[in-house]
Amino acid sequence: MNSEAVIRVKNVHKSFKTVHAVRGIDLDIHPGQFVALLGPNGAGKTTLVEMIEGIQKPDRGEILITGKPWRGNEKELRKIIGLSLQETRFIDKLRLFETLRLFASFFGLGKERCEEVMNLVGLEEKRQAYVVNLSGGQRQRLALGVALLNKPKILLLDEPTTGLDPQARREVWMILKKLKDASSTSLILTTHYMEEAEQLCDYIVIIDHGTILKEGTLPDLLGTSSAVTKKEEYHGPPRNLDELFIELTGRHLNE
Amino acid sequence: MVKWLNSQLWQLILANARELLREPAVLFWGIVFPILMSLGLGVAFTKKKDVTVNIAVIGRNHLVQAPGDSASVIRNFLQDNRAALRVGKDGALSRELRVPDDKLGGTTYIFENMDWNTAMVSLKRGNLNLVMDEDNGQISYHFDPMNPDAQLTYLKFSKLMKEPGMLIKPSETEIRPLTVNGTRYIDFLVPGLICMGVMMSCMWGVSYDIIEKRSKKLLRRMIATPMKRSNFLVALITVRITMNFMEAGLLLFFSWLVFDITIQGSVPALLLFFISGNIAFAGIAVFLSCNTSKTEIGNGLINLISMPMMVLSGIFFSYHNFPAWSLPVIRKFPLTMMADGVRGIFIESTGFSQVLLPAAIMLAIGVVFFTAGLKLFKWH
Repeated sequence: MNSEAVIRVKNVHKSFKTVHAVRGIDLDIHPGQFVALLGPNGAGKTTLVEMIEGIQKPDRGEILITGKPWRGNEKELRKIIGLSLQETRFIDKLRLFETLRLFASFFGLGKERCEEVMNLVGLEEKRQAYVVNLSGGQRQRLALGVALLNKPKILLLDEPTTGLDPQARREVWMILKKLKDASSTSLILTTHYMEEAEQLCDYIVIIDHGTILKEGTLPDLLGTSSAVTKKEEYHGPPRNLDELFIELTGRHLNE
Repeated sequence: MVKWLNSQLWQLILANARELLREPAVLFWGIVFPILMSLGLGVAFTKKKDVTVNIAVIGRNHLVQAPGDSASVIRNFLQDNRAALRVGKDGALSRELRVPDDKLGGTTYIFENMDWNTAMVSLKRGNLNLVMDEDNGQISYHFDPMNPDAQLTYLKFSKLMKEPGMLIKPSETEIRPLTVNGTRYIDFLVPGLICMGVMMSCMWGVSYDIIEKRSKKLLRRMIATPMKRSNFLVALITVRITMNFMEAGLLLFFSWLVFDITIQGSVPALLLFFISGNIAFAGIAVFLSCNTSKTEIGNGLINLISMPMMVLSGIFFSYHNFPAWSLPVIRKFPLTMMADGVRGIFIESTGFSQVLLPAAIMLAIGVVFFTAGLKLFKWH
C-alpha cells in the first residue's frame, strides 16, 4: 500500500509485572485495510489492541494514529475510533435504541444516526427490547452498531464473535463485509478463528508470545512458507492458516 | 432543544434514571421499605400496649395449696390477689395476675411452677423474663441484670409484692404522658430514617453501580468514546440525589399523614442540610468505589462503612447510651452529623444560621472524598 498508514506501530514493548506481553512489534495499517491479529490466548493480541486504542501506554516504542500520538491528542483521536470488546455488557434495563442514543450522544450525534446504525446491524425489530433480553448474537451486533455510530476511520474489534453460534457469527461477518464494501474504515480484528480471518481480512498477522511470527496476505502466507523447514519439504506447503499456525508454533490456535 | 436532548450529560442522566426506575426492587427498598419501617417502629413505640411477662416459680408447688403444704409467701400473694388459675393443654397449672395501668400500659404476670433445669432451658429460649424461688419465706429473684426486660419485670413485680395495694390503685405517682409533637419516638425515628436512606442509597446506588459497571467493562467501553468522564459521575450522582429527594419527601408525607410529624425548624435549612448530606455520602461512595472491579469486594467495603454508622449514629436509638469515651468519635461520623442536624431542624426548631457550619463540614467531606476518588479512579 502506498497511502499513509492510519495506524503505525513502531517497535512497541509492553510488560505486566513478570509477563512480557508485547515484544517489539512493528505494524502499519492503511486506510480501508482489514487486518486480522491471529493468535492463541495470551499471545499479546488484546494488549496490542489496547495500546492502539490508547488505554495502555507502551513501555517502549511508539504508536501513531493518523500520524498523531495519543498523548495530547486523545480527545481528537477518540472521535475517529470505533471499538467492540470481547465481552461488554451494556445497561441491562435500557432498550436497544436507548443504548444507541446514549453512545451516539458521546459523539454529539442524534436519533437519525442511531436509526441508520440499527438498520445496518439488522436490529430494527429489537428497537424496544431491553438489552438483557437480547440473544448473544444480537448483543454482539448491538456492540458492533455502537462501534460504528461515529463512522470510525479505525475500527477495533476484540474477538467479536467469540462464544457465538455459527449463524450469529456469519451475521456479524455479513455486517463487516458490507462495511468493507461501503467505506474506507480500517479494521483491526483479533480472533482465534482461522475462518474469520480468512473470510474478512486482506492482511493477516500471526502473533504468539508477544511477537509477530508471520504477516502478509492469505496467499502470501500460504505460498511462502514452503521453504522453511524440512518437515514442510516432506509434507508440502500448508493448505490453510491452521496448518501454518501449527507449523510456526507447534500448537493449535485454540490451545 | 435538539442539541440539549443530544447532549451526553442529559443522555447519561436519562440512562441512569431509566435504569433505576425500571428496577422494581430499587423502588421497593428505596421507597416502600422505609415507609413500612417507620410504620412498624412508629406504631410499636408510640402506642403503649399491655405486656405479658412470664415468671417461673421454682421448687414445691407455690401456685395451688395441696393438703400438707406449708405456708408460701408467693402462694399467699397470688391467692390474696385472686390471680386466676389456668390449666394448660398438657394439664400444667399456672396463675395469671393482671395489673391494669391506663398510663403506662397494663401488665399480665403468668406464673408457672417448674424445676430449676426446665426454668434455665426456658430462660435460654427467651420464654421467661424472671425466675423466683422461696426459702423459709425469703423470696429470691434470678435474672440477667443486663437484660432491660428482665430488670423491668423484677422492679415492677418486687414492688408489687411489697405494695399489693398498687393492684387496686395503680400509678399513684403523678405521671403525665408526653404526647406532643417532637417528644415521641416517631419524631426521633423519622429524621434518622431519612438520613439512613440517603447513606444507603448513595452507598449502593453510586458505589455499587460504579463497581458493577466497571466489572461489566462498561466503563472501559464508555471511556473509549469522547464521553467527558466527569459527566458520567455527575449524571449518576444527580439521579441518585433526585431519587433521595423523592424518597425523603414520600416518607415525610407519610409520616405527616399517619403520625402528624411536622418540621418545626427552618425548611431552607433542612434543604441545605439534606443536599450537603447527599453530597457528603455521594463523595464517600465515589471514593469507596474508585478502584475495585469486584462486586464482592464492593459489598464488603459498603458494609464496612455503612454498618457501623447505622448501628452507632443514633438512627433507631440515641447514641448517648454508648460509653462516654466513644461519643466524640461517634459524633464525627457523617451519618451522626447528618442525623443530628436533620433531627435538630425537625424537632428542636434549629434555624438556618445554626446549620451553616455543620452543612459546610459535610459539603467539605463530600468534595474531599469525591476529588480523592476521582484522582484514584480506575476506568478499566
